[in-house]
Amino acid sequence: MSNLKDQVGPYFGEFGGRFVPESLIAALDELEATYNTAKNDPSFASELAELHRTYTGRPSIITEAKRFATHAGDVRIFLKREDLNHTGSHKINNVLGQALLTKRMGKTRIIAETGAGQHGVASATAAALFGLECVVYMGEVDTERQALNVARMELLGATVVPVKTGSRTLKDAINEALRDWVANVDNTHYLLGTVAGPHPFPTMVRDFHSVIGNEARAQMLDEFGFLPDALAACVGGGSNAIGLFHAFLDDPNVEMYGFEAAGDGMNTPRHAATLNYGRPGVLHGARSYMLQDEDGQTLESHSISAGLDYPGVGPEHAWLKDLGRAKYWGISDAEAMDALRLLSRTEGIIPAIETSHALAGALKLGKTLKPGSSILVNLSGRGDKDMETAAKYFGLLDGAK
Amino acid sequence: MTSKTSSVLKSNKASGKGSLIGYFPVGYPNLESSIEAAVAMCKNGVDVLELGVPYSDPVMDGIVIQEATQMAIENGFKLKQLFGAVKAITEQVDTPVLVMTYWNPVLSYGVEKFAHDLAAAGGAGLITPDLIPDEAAEWLEVSDKYDLDRVFLATPTSSDERLVNACELSRGFIYAVSTMGITGARTEVDANARKVVSNVRRASGSQNTAVGIGISTAAQVAEVNEYSEGAIVGSAFVRAYQEGGVSALTQKVTELAAGLK
Ligand SMILES: Cc1ncc(COP(=O)(O)O)c(C=O)c1O
Repeated sequence: MSNLKDQVGPYFGEFGGRFVPESLIAALDELEATYNTAKNDPSFASELAELHRTYTGRPSIITEAKRFATHAGDVRIFLKREDLNHTGSHKINNVLGQALLTKRMGKTRIIAETGAGQHGVASATAAALFGLECVVYMGEVDTERQALNVARMELLGATVVPVKTGSRTLKDAINEALRDWVANVDNTHYLLGTVAGPHPFPTMVRDFHSVIGNEARAQMLDEFGFLPDALAACVGGGSNAIGLFHAFLDDPNVEMYGFEAAGDGMNTPRHAATLNYGRPGVLHGARSYMLQDEDGQTLESHSISAGLDYPGVGPEHAWLKDLGRAKYWGISDAEAMDALRLLSRTEGIIPAIETSHALAGALKLGKTLKPGSSILVNLSGRGDKDMETAAKYFGLLDGAK
Repeated sequence: MTSKTSSVLKSNKASGKGSLIGYFPVGYPNLESSIEAAVAMCKNGVDVLELGVPYSDPVMDGIVIQEATQMAIENGFKLKQLFGAVKAITEQVDTPVLVMTYWNPVLSYGVEKFAHDLAAAGGAGLITPDLIPDEAAEWLEVSDKYDLDRVFLATPTSSDERLVNACELSRGFIYAVSTMGITGARTEVDANARKVVSNVRRASGSQNTAVGIGISTAAQVAEVNEYSEGAIVGSAFVRAYQEGGVSALTQKVTELAAGLK
């Protein structure tokens, strides 16, 4: 068996590449060269590891969710607690890595797109820590459903620009960030928040998140003496999922499941299930699966979760899907929200709505696995930012329920 | 390979006149009107027409073109209508018609089928803002097969090596991006424009260069033609149409073409 782990961009099979205006090529080349130099420089790795230890709070722990697991058939469920990272999600892993690269390139300004606001908050945090100017593009719809995170970013000193074009969600925020980057590329780094976009982003962002799986694999062996039978993670662009999967790609007995947002449901037109219902095309600089109409126009996605509400997906996931190495299922808004409440009530952990798709997925998956199997879930983020959406959904604010 | 676009640019350069390349989005505000607008542009001084394909995620475009192309999509533009529009335009005027399109619509339609249908409709070729030569293997092949122009971009930050390659692979002209930024009128043409063109000249002795992005006045059109083979104007034409329909557009074209005399 060849090593899937060793695969790097620009291409993952027929996916990936660089479908961007020529104006960005020099900046992508510079980023790639800077990253390759850093990757081979032990001082970069130790600087990042030290930041993770003293700032992010790594390693993140593993919690066994015993009461939650009783709802998933006869399996054990383990949670990799990325929600306990500083800023509340896995997004900080990638942000700190890219912020160090920004310094190495001598750039003074970062821009970022954000859906749920977690990547924006992490970027604003790193900008504050390193003294960088920070502008975050966020779809207008998302500024409303994640208002708390807008306030956090502004408090941290970032400028949040509500994007009013197109579907006014994550896809359009990325368009606007790309336009900004084209115009300001000499002093600006585009700190892309997921494993999508043109090379080197999918490889580089994956590498920065691979700490999740590397830690978790060692922790499972050390603390429990076995590897999990299956991995579960939610998939928006795919960064937390690939971060967990990567260390296990060449473990043939570990199955991998990514859970996409199915919005109103898998058999409805309102979803964000790109790998299930999309077809290959080019969006935001890479060839991958995407939701598009017969003319190649990008379709709007729909999900209660701002962070999964994206009609594209990272090219490495497209490759893993076609290889059959990972499977991708859809989880509806309702299933995710039920799982959010269930984890809160059985374990005392309030997960992000994005993450709740992975939890709902684990509940479904558990019922299909052999008795006694184990599932390792990437608990990618905490749910504080989602309190308003959740309170409305469950009718907690007006006492309706 | 014969490129009508290249012949037009070269003979206009030789006669000392220079060229005006005009952009208009097909389907804006609707199919019929866009054909009428494009024909009017060609009849009133545009030497090469750049017919834009509306796309959901136009990352190289500023707000004027974004709004126009979004309206075209909302008003029901379908990709297959492009070919009929090209045919209708080329039946009425002799001007070379290049299609400016983001890559995904072409991929989705099928690169070979797109090239075949475009050639059959009388189209001259494609300008591809988000397709770099490195990713263009299939397009290079089928554009040769159907004898279509292919216009790649040269920018202020393109390396000499990339410019040599882009010049070699472009046919018709190479699109010199005047400034690091997206489409939209600017009060001055960036000093970078001269630099890009001189870099292109260094990379290739024979390739035509047309300068685009930010050009909106007759003086700018004249200035750019002093050192290149053509000025590309987009947002200024779309804005004129927005403000006063075909008559305002025609007036703007006439005004800018006067810069060439
Ligand atoms: C907590 C959390 N999990 C998951 C995601 C989805 O992103 P990705 O698929 O890149 O992990 C987000 C994005 O905002 C998030 O905030």
